[in-house]
Amino acid sequence: MTVQEWREWARADAKRRQLPELEPLLESMAALLETLRTADFNPSPTPQSEPPEQRSAG
Amino acid sequence: MRVDPAAITIEEFGRRLRAGEITAADLTEACLDRIERDAARLGAFILVAAGEARERARLADHELASGLDRGPLHGVPLSIKDLIDMAGLPTTAASRVREGHRARRDAAVVAHLRRAGAVLVGKTNLHEFAFGITNEDSAFGPARNPRDLRRTAGGSSGGSAVSVAAGMALASLGTDTGGSIRIPAAACGIVGLKPALGEVSTDGVVPLSPLLDHVGPLARSVADAWLVYRALLGDHAPRPLTAAPLAAVRLAVPRPYFCDPLDDEVQDRFEQALARFRAAGVGVADTEIAHSKEIAAVYTVLGTSDAAAYHGPALDRMPERYSPAVRLRLEVGRYLLAEDYARALNGRRALRRAVDAALGDFDALALPTLPIPAPVLGAPSVQVGRSTQPIRDAMLRETQLFNLTGHAAVTIPCGLTRDALPCGLQLVGHDTGRLLEVALACERALGRG
Repeated sequence: MTVQEWREWARADAKRRQLPELEPLLESMAALLETLRTADFNPSPTPQSEPPEQRSAG
Repeated sequence: MRVDPAAITIEEFGRRLRAGEITAADLTEACLDRIERDAARLGAFILVAAGEARERARLADHELASGLDRGPLHGVPLSIKDLIDMAGLPTTAASRVREGHRARRDAAVVAHLRRAGAVLVGKTNLHEFAFGITNEDSAFGPARNPRDLRRTAGGSSGGSAVSVAAGMALASLGTDTGGSIRIPAAACGIVGLKPALGEVSTDGVVPLSPLLDHVGPLARSVADAWLVYRALLGDHAPRPLTAAPLAAVRLAVPRPYFCDPLDDEVQDRFEQALARFRAAGVGVADTEIAHSKEIAAVYTVLGTSDAAAYHGPALDRMPERYSPAVRLRLEVGRYLLAEDYARALNGRRALRRAVDAALGDFDALALPTLPIPAPVLGAPSVQVGRSTQPIRDAMLRETQLFNLTGHAAVTIPCGLTRDALPCGLQLVGHDTGRLLEVALACERALGRG
């Protein structure tokens, strides 16, 4: 689920639960999730994000 | 015997008590007088245990006269944040959700304080469930800053800080999940210690985030914070705290993120404190902490998820009993995904390595505790330098990292703004005891303690 998909899902559910006041908080959280997901401390299985020394191995 | 309960420290009281110049009953009565006079307008207490406190104080005097000395906290009036269980009393967490609760036993830390001979005068106000840093959202009304009643005392341990600053107790027990000891201590001009993660028991404390929760003291001096901290570990005969030799102390200042932006006056007081340290022989160098721009994301995802997990059933059953702002922030946590929680755990590990690397061979990091003076109650945002920031973001900016990493952190007063609002200087280190030795030296270099 992308952050955009998460935002839409959460907003729709908040609306269903009659909690429209959540919307600005969900927007703020979406921005934090973008920051979290793009941080370089996240390991990844894709070769381009591996450190150079691992990229040439095996 | 007359005594000013807002001026005396635990150390001084101990000397005078054992010299026969004052009794525990005298000091307890003086604190109860202050509570009677000021606690309601300051919003400091949720419950005052006056009868039990008088009885304990008389017992402490009797014990001492009989030759039983329980140590440095013998007969010392202390207050307890109302998030921490005291047997037989409700633990309200400043919330209507807790109506009808009564603690069956003391929290481990309260049991330690009782064994140390402390006189517990009551339960202090807080931001509801400790989930906020202004103390505005409390079922018992806000805690107000004794320096300016229009301003926040900081939170979430706001009532604890007020009780110490206003002479209602000589020290208080607070909790700190993102800065909730250090923020109100700085806002009210006292010392606040968050020991290293896991050192002090959280048994019997209403949780916010088991990953991030800490228990520690708010006090008038570093030496007093040391005495309470050691008692919380069950050490009732601690060695005297000795100041680190200033010429041997080395401090690292993380400039990026933590010192930019700052309120102009906060920055001035902070730089003046560093100048005093340098003049006293302290080595001061700049450093930076990797991943700083991700701190808020990592902290918010972990803390909000943990809080939502704890509160989920009550949010379903009795949402109307939460204050609206607290309820909404808890509800956001119910939408977070497990994969983002796992990413935040990765971030926490990376940040711990980053702080360790920044500390290197230094004795401590030095940074402001708050980037702003205590803001006006009800303000949604605040001007910090040239930027406007939400209050919560601004007030957590300097402290939340060290809940993620678990390092020991202490705030000491470092001056006043032109409006006489306190500024705090935060020191961060690996070992709580060593950190307090450095903090004692810094406190003295600033002409306090």
